[in-house]
Amino acid sequence: MQRRVNIWSSIDWLTVAIYLVLVFVGWINIYAAVYNEDHHSIFDFSQRYGKQLIWIAAALLIAFTIFVIDINFYSYFAYFVYGLMILLLIAVLIFGKEVHGAKSWFEIGSFRIQPAEFAKVATALVLARYLSSYNVQINTLKSYLRVAAIILIPSLLILLQNDTGSALVYFVFILVLYREGISESILLLGLFVIILFVLALVLEKLIIILLSIAIVFIIFWFLNRRLKNVGIGIGILFLTSVVLYGVNEVLSKGLSYYYIILGALGISGLVYIILAIRYKIKNIALLLIFLIGSVLLTYSVDYVFNNFLEPHQQKRINVVLGLESDPYGVEYNVNQSKIAIGSGGLYGKGFLRGTQTKFDFVPEQSTDFIFCTIGEEWGFIGTFFVVSLFVFFLYRLIGIAERQRSAFSRIYGYGVVSVLFFHIVINIGMTIGLVPVIGIPLPFFSYGGSSLWAFTILLFIFLRLDASRLELLK
Amino acid sequence: MLQSFIVDSFANRRHIIRVIIILIGLVYIIKLFFLQVVDSTYKLTASNNVLRYVTQFPARGLIYDREGKLLVYNEAAYDLMVVPRQLEPFDTTEFCQILNISKEYVDEALKRAKEFSVYNSSIFLKQVSSKTYANLQEKLYKYPGFFVQSRTLRKYSLENGAHLLGYVGEVNNKIIESDEYYKSGDYIGVSGIEQSYEEYLRGQKGVNVYLVDVHNRIQGSYANGRLDKKAKVGSNIISTIDSDLQAYGEKLMRNKIGSIVAIEPSTGEILALVSSPTYNPELLVGRIRTKNYVTLMSDTLKPLFNRALMAQYPPGSTFKVINALIGLQEKTLFPYTKYECAGAYYARNLRLGCHIHRSPLNLIESIQMSCNTYYCNVFRSILDNKKYPSIRESFDQWREYIMSFGFGEYLNSDFDNELKGLVPTKQTYDRIYGEKGWRSLTLISMAIGQGELGTTPLQMANMTAAIANRGYYYTPHIVKEIEGDYKLDERFFEKNYTKIDSNYFEIVIEGMDMAVNGESGSGSTARSAQIPEITVCGKTGTAENPHGKDHSIFIAFAPKEDPKIAIAVYIENGGFGSTWAAPTAKLMMEEYLNDSISVPWWEEYILNAEINYNAETSKHME
Repeated sequence: MQRRVNIWSSIDWLTVAIYLVLVFVGWINIYAAVYNEDHHSIFDFSQRYGKQLIWIAAALLIAFTIFVIDINFYSYFAYFVYGLMILLLIAVLIFGKEVHGAKSWFEIGSFRIQPAEFAKVATALVLARYLSSYNVQINTLKSYLRVAAIILIPSLLILLQNDTGSALVYFVFILVLYREGISESILLLGLFVIILFVLALVLEKLIIILLSIAIVFIIFWFLNRRLKNVGIGIGILFLTSVVLYGVNEVLSKGLSYYYIILGALGISGLVYIILAIRYKIKNIALLLIFLIGSVLLTYSVDYVFNNFLEPHQQKRINVVLGLESDPYGVEYNVNQSKIAIGSGGLYGKGFLRGTQTKFDFVPEQSTDFIFCTIGEEWGFIGTFFVVSLFVFFLYRLIGIAERQRSAFSRIYGYGVVSVLFFHIVINIGMTIGLVPVIGIPLPFFSYGGSSLWAFTILLFIFLRLDASRLELLK
Repeated sequence: MLQSFIVDSFANRRHIIRVIIILIGLVYIIKLFFLQVVDSTYKLTASNNVLRYVTQFPARGLIYDREGKLLVYNEAAYDLMVVPRQLEPFDTTEFCQILNISKEYVDEALKRAKEFSVYNSSIFLKQVSSKTYANLQEKLYKYPGFFVQSRTLRKYSLENGAHLLGYVGEVNNKIIESDEYYKSGDYIGVSGIEQSYEEYLRGQKGVNVYLVDVHNRIQGSYANGRLDKKAKVGSNIISTIDSDLQAYGEKLMRNKIGSIVAIEPSTGEILALVSSPTYNPELLVGRIRTKNYVTLMSDTLKPLFNRALMAQYPPGSTFKVINALIGLQEKTLFPYTKYECAGAYYARNLRLGCHIHRSPLNLIESIQMSCNTYYCNVFRSILDNKKYPSIRESFDQWREYIMSFGFGEYLNSDFDNELKGLVPTKQTYDRIYGEKGWRSLTLISMAIGQGELGTTPLQMANMTAAIANRGYYYTPHIVKEIEGDYKLDERFFEKNYTKIDSNYFEIVIEGMDMAVNGESGSGSTARSAQIPEITVCGKTGTAENPHGKDHSIFIAFAPKEDPKIAIAVYIENGGFGSTWAAPTAKLMMEEYLNDSISVPWWEEYILNAEINYNAETSKHME
C-alpha cells in the first residue's frame, strides 16, 4: 500500500544543509591549497578551485535529478546498475589510463572519470536489495557466500587496477552486515584475525603463541567453569614443555623455545583429546582448532606480508607500527602533514596564509591531504568543527536510516554511513598519523569530480528514499 | 515498492555503531588537540614558517708534501641560492649592483632556476667572494627566496705540481646518475691526487634543517636538530712529493717538452713527477676555470697532458741494461763475454749502425760505451737459445722478463690515468709475418730499445728503482699517508720481484757506474751526469722519433751502494741522452741529495736551453 506525499517538503533539509556546508568548506580549502599570486581569481577555470566549482554545480544538478527519478528505480535496477559497474571496472582495466600507478581512469578528452568511485553506490544498492529480499536469512552459508561475492567482486577488480585504497573501502560494508544481524562470532573471528595479523608483524612468534595459549585457557574456563580442568590442562602442557626442553638440552639440538612450545602443544593436544572424550568435556575441538589456526596464521602473515604486499605498502604499515623509520619517504609525507596541521595551533594561520601546504611540503594537498590545509589555516578550531560536523552528519544519517519503514532503505542508509565513515576515518587518520597512508579522498572536501559526484549520488539516493518514506504504510 | 517487513531484532545494534563513530571522533579530536594545541614539536614559532634544508659542505682534506709543507688548502666561497616559489618582487638595480651582475643575468638565472624546480633551491650565482658576501648578508632580508650556501674553493701555496695534485671540478650528469652521493653543483676530484683519493678528501656532506620566517631569516634549528646530519671533514693527505725537488724539476724543464720522474727506491714513493709544459694549478679554480680550461685544452703543446704517466716513448739504449740482465739470467751472456764491433752490426743484408769505440768490448764496457753491436748479439743469443724449441717460446720468455719490470701493464700506482705502455706479444708478430715468418733478426731493433716498444717515464723510473734495489720494486705511489683511521693500500708495501736473480745486477750496475764515472777519453757516454763525491749509476738513451729529432733520455740512481733516488728524464727532441737528459738528471739528484749545486754552470746550461719549444704557443698561460 502506498500513498502520495509531496517529496519536496519531506526532504531532510538539515542533511542537505550540512552537505552544502561541507562542499563549500572543501572548496575554499582547495582554493587555499593551490592558491598562488599568479592566479588569484577565484573563478579561474584553469585552476583546480575553478574546476571544482564546475564539479560542484554539476553535483547539484545530479542531486536534483535524483529527486526527480521515481523511488522504485533504485531497488528495481540495483542489479542492473551493479552489473553495469562491474563491466565498467573490467573495461577500465583494458582501456583505462594510468595515473600515479593506478589504472583506474577513463579519459575522454581532457575529462577523466574514475568508475571505482561510483561502484560503491552500486554495491550499496545491491547489498540493500539482496539483504531486504523476503527469503534471505543472513546467517546462512548461502547468504554469507552471496554477500561476500557482492562485496568482493568490485573490490578485487579495483585491487587489480592497483588502487588498494579504494579496494579496502569495501570491507566497511561489514558494518552494514553487523547492523543487519550477522553473527557476532563471525565478526569476532574477523576482528581476531586482524589483531593477530598486526600482532604477528609487531611481536615475536613465541609471544604470540604464549598469548594464544593464555587466551584459550581463559575461554576454556569461561566455557566450563571448572578451575580443576584448567589446572590439569596447564599442568600437562607445562610438563611436556619441561620434558621437551630437557630432551633438547641433552641432545643439544639447539631448538628455539618456540619450537619446544609448539612440540609440547602437539603432544598435549593429543592428551587433551583423549581426556576430553573420556570425561566428555565439550568445546575442546573448537579450542584446538583456534590454537592451530592462530599458529598457521602467524606463519601465513609473514608470507602474505612479504609476497602479496608491494614494498611501498609494507613500508606504510611498518611506519605506522613504528617498526621502520623513513623520515624522507612515507614518514616524510606524514611528518610534513603533521607539521602542517600542528603548525596551525589553536586558531590557525588564517585563510590563504598557510605556508606548509602552499610550498608543496605536503603531497597531494588538494586531494588526499586537503585536511592539512584546514588544520594549518583554521587551526584546532577548524579541525574540531570539521570532525564534529562529520560525526554529527553520520549520527544524523543513522537516525534517518533507522526511521525508514523499508528494510531496503535502511540497509542502503547504513551502506551510505559505512562508506562515508570509512573514508573520513582513514583520510583524516592518515593526515594525523593514526592510520597508514591509504590514498582515498575526504568526502565532499577533496578535489576531484568523480569522488564528489559519487558521494553526492550516494547521499542523495538515500535522501530521495527518505523523502518517500511516508509513502509506505507500515 | 519492494516491500519487506522482516522482524528487525537487531535494532539495538545501531547504538553500538553510533558509539563507535562518536568514540573515533573523540579520539581524533583529542589527537588533533594534542597535535595543534599541546604539542609544541610541530608548532612553528611565528605565523608563517618554512623549513629549509641547507647542505653542509665539509672542508675538503688538505694536501701536504713529504716534509709536511702545505700544498693545497681551502678558501671560503659562497654560492647564492634561490627558491623560486619564495621570491617576491625586489629591487633588481640594487641587487645587481651588490652582486656586480647584469639584469639579463638575473632574468636568465631565475628562468633556469624555475625550470629546475619552483620549490627546491638551486644555485643562482656561483662562488661569490667573501667581500661581496659581507655586503649581501646585510641586505639579504630584502630578497626573500635567496639565501647563501657556503662552499670551499681550492687554494695552492705553490705554482707547482699541477699534474700530480690534479684539480677539482663540478660533477657531470653521468656521475650524478651513477653515484647518489653527488648532487648537481657538487665538486669532485677530476685528476691526480684529487681524483684518486676523492673519497678520503671529500669527507661526508651533512644537512641542517632550519626554520625560516616570512622575511627569509633563519629562526633556528628545526626540532632541535633532530633531522640534522653533521658534515664530516675530509681527511688530510700527506703526499710523497718533495716540493722543493718538484719545483726545481719544473724550473729545469722550462722551455722544454718532456718529463722527469724521481722515485725513492726503498719505498716506491714518488719524489717528483714533472710533466712539461705545465700550468699553474690556480688557473683551474673557481669561476675562471671554464675559460682557462678551454685555453689550456686548445694549446698545441698540450699542457694538460700528463706526459709522466701517459706519454709512451721507446726506451732507447737504456733498455740495453735490461737485455744484459736477461742474457745473464738465461746464461747466454757472461760477464766475460766479448763481441767485436766494426762500427755497425751486420747480418745478412742488414746493417745497424754503432758509433766509434774500441773493440772488442766486455759486458761492463758495452754498457759504459753503449755498443749497439754488442746488444744485437746479446739479444739474438737470448732469442736463438737452443733451450727453446722455437723463437715463439724464447720470445715469450723474454717478454716475461720485460713484464716483470713493470712494462706493458698498468703499474697500479695510485694515479687513475697511467697508461700501460706497449710490449708486443708473439701474436703481434704472427699477425705481421705469419707464425713461421719471423726470426730474431726480425725483432733486432728491440735489442737497443727501439721498434715496437712503448714505455712511460713512470715505468722507466720504476725500472731504474728495480735496478737500484737489485731485483725488486715497490709499486710507485704519490700518497704517503692518509690522516684519520685510514691505511694506504697493502699493494704499496709489497715487494714486486723481477724475474732476474739479484746477483746478476752488480755487474750491470758496474757498467752503469762506468758509463757515468769512467775516465775522460774512456768512451763513457754519461760523464755529464757526474756528481762529486757521489757515485751516480746511469744509462743514456736516445729514442728515435718519426716526427722529428730524437728524444734525449737518461735513467740513473744514486748513491750506488745505498740508492736514495732513482730517476728517469725525457726531453723530447733533445737528441743524445748525454746532451740534455743526463745533466738534468744530475742536477735533480744533486739537489735532492745535497740541497746544493756544485757546478752552477750546468744549471745555467739547462735553464737557458730552449729545446724545440715554440714559446709563442704557450705564452698566454703564464
